[in-house]
Amino acid sequence: MAFALPFRRKRDAHLPDDELAHQQRRLDPLPSAKFRAEREGDWRRLEELLNRAERRSAAVLTDDELLALPTLYRATVSALAVARETLLDRALIDYLEGLSTRAYFFLYGVRGRIGPRLKQFFRHDWPAAVLALWKETLGSLLLLVAGALAGYMLVRADSGWFMSLVGGMSEGRTPDSTTQQLRDVLYDSDTSGLEALASFLFTHNAQISLMCFALGFLFAVPSAILILMNGLTLGAFLALYADHHIAGELVGWLCVHGTTEMFAITLAGAAGIRIGWAVAFPGRLSRLDGMAAAGRQSGTVMAGVVVMLFVAALLEGFIRQLVTTDWLRFLIGGSMLTLWLAYFYGPAGRRR
Amino acid sequence: MPKDARRVRMLVTPEGVPLPLEIADAGQRAGAFVLDMLILLGSIIAITVFLAFVAKSLPGRAVDRGVGLIWTIGLFLLRNFYFTWFEARPRGQTPGKRALGIRVIARHGGRLTLDAVIARNALREVEAFLPIMLMFASFATHGYDTLILVFALGWTAIFLFMPLMNRDRLRAGDLLAGTWVIRVPKRPLLPELSADAEETVFTEAELDAYGVFELETLEQVIRQAHAPAVATVTYTICQRIGRQHWSDDGGARDLAFLQAYYAALRGRLEQKLLFGKRRADKHDRS
Repeated sequence: MAFALPFRRKRDAHLPDDELAHQQRRLDPLPSAKFRAEREGDWRRLEELLNRAERRSAAVLTDDELLALPTLYRATVSALAVARETLLDRALIDYLEGLSTRAYFFLYGVRGRIGPRLKQFFRHDWPAAVLALWKETLGSLLLLVAGALAGYMLVRADSGWFMSLVGGMSEGRTPDSTTQQLRDVLYDSDTSGLEALASFLFTHNAQISLMCFALGFLFAVPSAILILMNGLTLGAFLALYADHHIAGELVGWLCVHGTTEMFAITLAGAAGIRIGWAVAFPGRLSRLDGMAAAGRQSGTVMAGVVVMLFVAALLEGFIRQLVTTDWLRFLIGGSMLTLWLAYFYGPAGRRR
Repeated sequence: MPKDARRVRMLVTPEGVPLPLEIADAGQRAGAFVLDMLILLGSIIAITVFLAFVAKSLPGRAVDRGVGLIWTIGLFLLRNFYFTWFEARPRGQTPGKRALGIRVIARHGGRLTLDAVIARNALREVEAFLPIMLMFASFATHGYDTLILVFALGWTAIFLFMPLMNRDRLRAGDLLAGTWVIRVPKRPLLPELSADAEETVFTEAELDAYGVFELETLEQVIRQAHAPAVATVTYTICQRIGRQHWSDDGGARDLAFLQAYYAALRGRLEQKLLFGKRRADKHDRS
C-alpha cells in the first residue's frame, strides 16, 4: 500500500527511478516546517535585540524594544516546549535551547544599570553587609589590638625587636634615631609628589587587603596572621615613639588616615574570617550554600574596603602632609571614625 | 548536538520549561584563563610602552607625575578588576571566555550579583596571582629560590586541580561565590532541511524502518554533506528498505535521495508523535 500523509499529494508509487527524476516537484511543507516558518521572524528579532543589548547594555534598546523583549522570550520558550513534544528537527531544538538560555540570562541573570546598582550599594548593601559581619569585625579588631599590645611590649622591653617587626616600613626610623629625626618624619610637609604617594598607598593597601580577604579561604588562618602582623608593626612604632615621649604626636600623625585605613583592613580581615569560618563550620546550611552566602556578603564588604582605602590614601597622601597641627589631625581622624561608625552601624544598614 | 549527560544541569525557567545547561569542562576553563592572562599581559605592556613614549616625548615634571599616577592606578585596576568588570556585564564573560564560548552564571540559574562576581575574582589573588608573584620573586632572588618555587607549585596545584575534584568543575572562587561556568556555544538557525526535499513516495513499510535516533543521525549527515558519508548512508538505507537506487557516490543524486527520505521519515515520525508514539530508534517496536 502506498503510504501518503494527508498533506502530501498522492503519486504513483511504482514509477522507476529514472522517471521519478523527471516528475519531481517540491513537496508541500511539513507541519513542523510551517510551525517554524510562522515563528522564525520572532526568533530572529529576539536574537537581534539580544545581540545589541548584550554588546553594551539594555540602555541601547528603545522603549518598544524593551517591552518586546520579554514577550519574544516567552514566545520562544513556549515554542521550545512545543517543539520538544512535536518536532524532530534536532538543529531547530538546539537553536531554540541556545536562544532561550541566552534570553533567560539576559532577563533573569545580571540586570540593572550601573547607576542604580551603585546607589543601592551605598544606600543599603554595603552598610548592611558590614553590620552583618559585626562579630567577625570584633574578632579582627581584637587580633589587631592584641598584635599592637604584643608589639608595644616587645619593643619597650628590648628595642632590638623593632627592626624585625617593622622591616621595610620604617622609612629610616630606627631605635638609634634621635627624637628630632623621628619628629621630622611626622611633620615633614614636602608637598612634591603627593599624588604619587597617594596612588602608591592606595594600590599597595588595597592589594594587601584583597589578599587578606582571599587568604581567608584557608580556614581564615592567613588572614588572622596578617591582621596580627599589622598590629605588631603598629605596636612597635608606638613603642619606639613612646621611648622618646612623642607617642601622642605619632598617634595624631597616624589617625588622620589610620582610622579609615585600619578600619578598612580590620574589615578585610573580618571578611576573610567570615569565609574561612564558612568553609570550616558551615552550620545549618550545606557547605556549598554556606560558602556562597559568606562569599557574597564578604564580596560586598570587600568592594567597600577598596572604596575606604581610596579615601584613606587621599587622606594620607594629601591631608596628612598638608595639615601639621596636632589637634587638627586628631579632629580629622576622629571625625572620619565617627562618620564610618555612624554609616555602618547606624540606620543605613537596617533599612528594609 | 550531543551533550555529556554528566555535565548537564537542568534549569526550570519560571515559565516551567526546562533548559539544559552544560557545565564547561576544565580544558575550556583553562583555555579561557590563559587567553585572558595573555590579554592582560598584552595590555599592561601596551600601556607601559605608550606611557613611556608619552613621558619621553613630552618632557616636564608634571607629565612624569601624571604618567606615574596613571600607570600605578591603571595596573591596579587591570589586575583586580579586569575579570570583575567583564563578568558583571550582561554577557557574563571575559574576552577569553567569549572566545571559548563559556560564561559565568549564578548556581542553579539565579541572579548573578556584583558581590558574587567580586568574590569569585578576588580569590584569583590566592589561586593564581600570588603563586605567580612568588615564582617571579624566586627567579629574581637566587638565595632561596628552589624552596619557594616548590612551595608555589604545590600551592598552585591545590587550586589548579580543584575544578577536577568536583562534578560541577568549581574552582575556589566559584565555591565562594556560588557560581557556575557553563557553555554557551553559538548555534545559528540552520536551514530547514525538509524544504529542499523533492517529492518521492515511500511506502509505509519503507518509512517504518527507522526511528528518531536514525532520523537525527541522518539530519547530521545531510547537513555536513560529506560525500563518503552520504554514499555509505544512502547505500545502508537502500539496503534496509530494499529500494533500488542509482548511487553517484555521495553526489547530488544521493543527497537528493537522502533529503527526500529524511522529509518523508520526519513527516511520518512527527505524525506518530502527535498520537503519543515516539519511536526511539530502529529497534523500538512500538
